[in-house]
Amino acid sequence: MKRLFKNFLKYRYLLRELIKKDIKLKYRRSYLGILWTLLEPLFTMMVLTLVFSGFYGKSDKTFPVYILTGRLLFTFFSNSTKAATKSIRSNAGMIKKVYVPKYIYPISTICSNFIFFLISLIVLVAVALVLGVYPTKYVFLAVVPILNLLVMTLGVGLMLATFSVFFRDMEYLWGIVLTLIMYCCAIFYEPKRVIKTGFGWILEINPLYWVIENFRDAVFGRPLDMHAFAFSTTFACVTLVLGIFVFYKQQDKFILNI
Amino acid sequence: MSKTVLSVDHVGMKFNLASEKVDDLKDYVIKFLKRQLMYKEFWALKDVTFEVKKGDRVGILGLNGAGKSTLLKCVAGVLKPTEGKITTKGVIVPLLELGAGFDKQYTGAENIYLYGAMLGYSKSFIEEKYKEIVKFSELGDFINVPVKNYSSGMKSRLGFSIATIVEPDILILDEVLSVGDAKFRKKSEKKIKSMIDKNVTVLFVSHSIDQVRDICNKAILLEQGHLVASGDVEDVIAIYESKISEN
Repeated sequence: MKRLFKNFLKYRYLLRELIKKDIKLKYRRSYLGILWTLLEPLFTMMVLTLVFSGFYGKSDKTFPVYILTGRLLFTFFSNSTKAATKSIRSNAGMIKKVYVPKYIYPISTICSNFIFFLISLIVLVAVALVLGVYPTKYVFLAVVPILNLLVMTLGVGLMLATFSVFFRDMEYLWGIVLTLIMYCCAIFYEPKRVIKTGFGWILEINPLYWVIENFRDAVFGRPLDMHAFAFSTTFACVTLVLGIFVFYKQQDKFILNI
Repeated sequence: MSKTVLSVDHVGMKFNLASEKVDDLKDYVIKFLKRQLMYKEFWALKDVTFEVKKGDRVGILGLNGAGKSTLLKCVAGVLKPTEGKITTKGVIVPLLELGAGFDKQYTGAENIYLYGAMLGYSKSFIEEKYKEIVKFSELGDFINVPVKNYSSGMKSRLGFSIATIVEPDILILDEVLSVGDAKFRKKSEKKIKSMIDKNVTVLFVSHSIDQVRDICNKAILLEQGHLVASGDVEDVIAIYESKISEN
């Protein structure tokens, strides 16, 4: 344990360099650069609002904030797990030549996505203020679902990174699973519509849905839903422990399979 | 008198050579059900034991496929041996494949920091040595150009300059470096010589007996993963040469 920690300290500069690299390279050679982190969610929100409130004739003024809260969290989860899945294979060249703790690859890509996510929260703040959703004292509780989401993503990312070394199919499979998860997160519809039809259990078993609910509680000024909190925290911790376990068990075999 | 800096203790490295490569789930399931998942075991190294004292320069001899590169990778920590244990003391600098850790889209300057971090250098250390690295690599203004536009010679020059900027305790060399043009090769050989003079421990793989004789004082001989001989360089070379003429 102590050795692990010392090793981490030694390579924390590398972790920083890798995160910096992801961020620097993502928008290099694009004219608007890092601005895209703000523009992309803003435009998607407009499209989704147009489709789901314009076409369905809904008139809730704060609906865009509702969509944005769900989508920002989901995008972070989706982007970083996808990147983590590929992280070991895309760094195969380095893994074969230089010794570096391997967890650094999935973790650095998740961290850089997390930074993009934090930046994109600016859009949420701006849209919320424009549409009259003002922060209350509950807004500080937004930290809870965000941390849960990060822990959950790390766990899932480590597992996916491990699996995809042995089975390439994982990359494609996970893309499909993500689509399924997206529709089960109540991002652009209200949960009561699903519950009414008797499929509410799909939401109930989806930890990401509970994370988003907790986040919406904080944004819309409601106290934290304790059930959602308990469920998502438990899930997050279990996945992280499992992810670390699976990764550590298999990491020495990575090099023989990439 | 001098202490052991590297000890290789009954090290074995097993590879599974899948008779057919199984790459995806479908293949795996089908082969598994048909019980066709045949693995051929292959020991690239078996029961290798030796020790290296500080300041020793050890040549590793052997024919192709004897396990020399596998051994170096195990020492460098890239491969984890299936059995046995390797203990090392101090900073290891592997000059295996130079510039393997470069990011193509990054410029040379950015890559110095990235690659340096990968070798475990600290930020302040790289900042301090940055100018020296650029100067030694002779890249000049090209340092601000993305590495994807570099020639292979430029890439390995930069890789060499970054890797050799530290003073290692153990230096790992796989074949002698043919880095860049004749002029740079002379310079890099001089650099390595100067490192050797500073009482660095060297592990050196080469097919050229003359080079081994030139650099090393000790040697080991590998044959199909087994350690056949170890000792003073001249003795081992004699055994190696007699083995070659036997064939």
